[in-house]
Amino acid sequence: MASSSGLSYDPRVLKAPHPVPGAPDNWKRFFSFNTDAKVIGIQYIVTSLFFLLVGGLLAMIMRGELITPPADLVDPSVYNGLYTMHGTVMLFLFLFPILNGFNNLLIPPMIGAPDMAFPRLNAVAFWLVPLFGVILMASFLIPGGPSGSGWWAYPPVSLQNPLGHFINGQFLWILAVALSGVSSIMGAVNFCTTILRMRAPGMTFFRMPIFCWTALAAQTIQLVGLPVLTGGALMLLFDLSFGTSFFRPEGGGDPMLYQHFFWFYSHPAVYVMVLPVFGIFSELFPVYARKPLFGYEVVAIASFGITFLSLIVWVHHMFYSGTPQWMRNLFMVTTMLIAVPTGIKVFAWIATLWRGRLRLTTPMLFCLGGLVNFIFAGITGIMLATVPVDIHVGNTYFVVGHFHYVIFNTITFGVFAGVYHWFPKFTGRMYYEGLGKLHFALTFIGSALNFLPMHWAGLMGMPRRVASYDPEFALANVLASLGAFLVGVATIPFILNMVSSWARGPKAPPNPWHAIGLEWLLPSPPPAENFEDDVPTVISGPYGYGLGRPLVENEAQYIARAQQA
Amino acid sequence: MSSAPPISSSPLPAEPGHAHGGHNLTGMVIFLLSESIIFLAFFAGYAVLKISSPVWLPAGVEGLEVREPLINTVILVSSSFVAYFAERALRRQNLWGFRALWALTMAMGAYFVFGQAVEWAGLPFSLQSGIYGGSFYLLTGFHGLHVITGVLLMGLMLARSFRPGNYDGGDAGVTMVSLFWHFVDVIWIILFVLIYVWQRS
Repeated sequence: MASSSGLSYDPRVLKAPHPVPGAPDNWKRFFSFNTDAKVIGIQYIVTSLFFLLVGGLLAMIMRGELITPPADLVDPSVYNGLYTMHGTVMLFLFLFPILNGFNNLLIPPMIGAPDMAFPRLNAVAFWLVPLFGVILMASFLIPGGPSGSGWWAYPPVSLQNPLGHFINGQFLWILAVALSGVSSIMGAVNFCTTILRMRAPGMTFFRMPIFCWTALAAQTIQLVGLPVLTGGALMLLFDLSFGTSFFRPEGGGDPMLYQHFFWFYSHPAVYVMVLPVFGIFSELFPVYARKPLFGYEVVAIASFGITFLSLIVWVHHMFYSGTPQWMRNLFMVTTMLIAVPTGIKVFAWIATLWRGRLRLTTPMLFCLGGLVNFIFAGITGIMLATVPVDIHVGNTYFVVGHFHYVIFNTITFGVFAGVYHWFPKFTGRMYYEGLGKLHFALTFIGSALNFLPMHWAGLMGMPRRVASYDPEFALANVLASLGAFLVGVATIPFILNMVSSWARGPKAPPNPWHAIGLEWLLPSPPPAENFEDDVPTVISGPYGYGLGRPLVENEAQYIARAQQA
Repeated sequence: MSSAPPISSSPLPAEPGHAHGGHNLTGMVIFLLSESIIFLAFFAGYAVLKISSPVWLPAGVEGLEVREPLINTVILVSSSFVAYFAERALRRQNLWGFRALWALTMAMGAYFVFGQAVEWAGLPFSLQSGIYGGSFYLLTGFHGLHVITGVLLMGLMLARSFRPGNYDGGDAGVTMVSLFWHFVDVIWIILFVLIYVWQRS
């Protein structure tokens, strides 16, 4: 058995209809309707990194505009389109898809499954992403340009249609967001079913890696929250295009209802993005500190604490929207409660790092940077949860600074950490450490310079979503723009590293980081069906660093087989 | 999907390669839980709009006739029981019994859609008649789409039942469609109460 299954490339895999990622002759499979989760995962990640560049370009134009107080680079109405599209692209075309890419790559090998539960549904969910990406991008080309109502698309602004065309920027925006929702629901059904039903023998819930816990918690939010946004978007579409008046005050409708629909999903959406990143932190800190994750069970359960609380905090986005006082107080308390499960995780990570033997590789640097930034973002988050502070700084640059500290400085840092950490596993090549560290240094300095001064400008009263501003905010904006350009420059070593390493980087061993986990018992890159019909039996919990206990039965045999491949 | 030919000498698991069957029912239950929330969102929106708006009925509209929709409701809800007996017939290997009861369920569903179309055609208000008209057509229309989907899925299952050996691997497809059908019925009961019973503003 062992000797015959040692052949993970030839002859079996080379004859397979869906060869493994990294096999030399098969780049075309990335452009096909492929049902292999590892191909789909890479499709997701590459597509979303392309849209990161698109969204980043929009950000560069905005920061170019804001480097001087008057609106001189672009017209203010164009600026409205820029920030709307920047937000929409970064959330729906960069972060959601790239995290689904991680889910595809990591969940099946981590739990010892050969593939996702519904491979074809998986492929359909992926191919919807480029489809709605094209639809959203097409709104730049139609008369009237893209939607300019912000990524919230609040009525009545989003219901304005000055040119009167049926197909307008807002129409395409709603269509794209709806398709994104369909894709995400398909993904969520798939990921949840896979985790619930396809775990390896012995892989109980409390032996599952934290990444799988956080993925399950995040996908639960998708299943509960996303339908509400879809309902609201459908009603918005009817108001915009078919003459109803759900959200039109002049027809008896209620614009506040839309805000409830929107934030019921779109606040938890932040947790859909940050939970898998918490998972990445929880995977990486033990590897690079050589210690077991502190408080594994509590960290795992805290994920679902966050899921539950995330669904009852949405009104904190509406403190200044004419919300009754009792509602403000209630949601202030629930919002602050979120600090408990997230705080548990932060302390668990710090305790994991405590007196560990830290290896400062690129993924570890991104994790540490992300952790520091997240603590800062958490503190400003608690400030914003406080009703009086929020009424003062709501809709100012303080909020913009806060959520970029979450979305970019925490989530995107975690995403970069994950990309570097699992790059050898899924491409079979090592990346260049020097370029990676350069990427980290530029990103860390650039993002701090970019988003820290925004808090200051916001506290002084600079409103968000404006193309021109009072000259008293000039210094903060010059700093922010310089930081943004630095972050833009930082993508050059990243792209260079990824492309050149994948093409001709040194061959990666099965377990370059000496990590513990089922995915590291597979060859790099893993064969199409992971462990195929020889799924290991898990006999202990994850993160057994320094404990000297095997993770699976016959562990030496799996390691030897992976090295032969 | 077929996959790489197994070369391992050990006995193969029941479903090698990409054919990871058996999880369909789990997936369907998760999907229906999620789908029910979109209806919950519509119901909540409907209730909020109805409670908070000073003028609910458009000018010249008295309210909705309840008698015909009630007959429709009885037919739709009873069709769930017929579907249940169809499933039971299938479990007892009574293939023709299954087909007959299944076709009857489809006919009852189709009658419901027909009755709804007749009702829509005779109403004195439209989609554009304020939040009343908008929410009536949105809710009943969105539910109607689910009924039509259910009938089409049942048609697919009926056609498949004529394929030889169709149920050798189990009857998960029929169970899934029947689950979907019960879901559509339960949603309708709530909808009926909200729209037809709760008419006074």
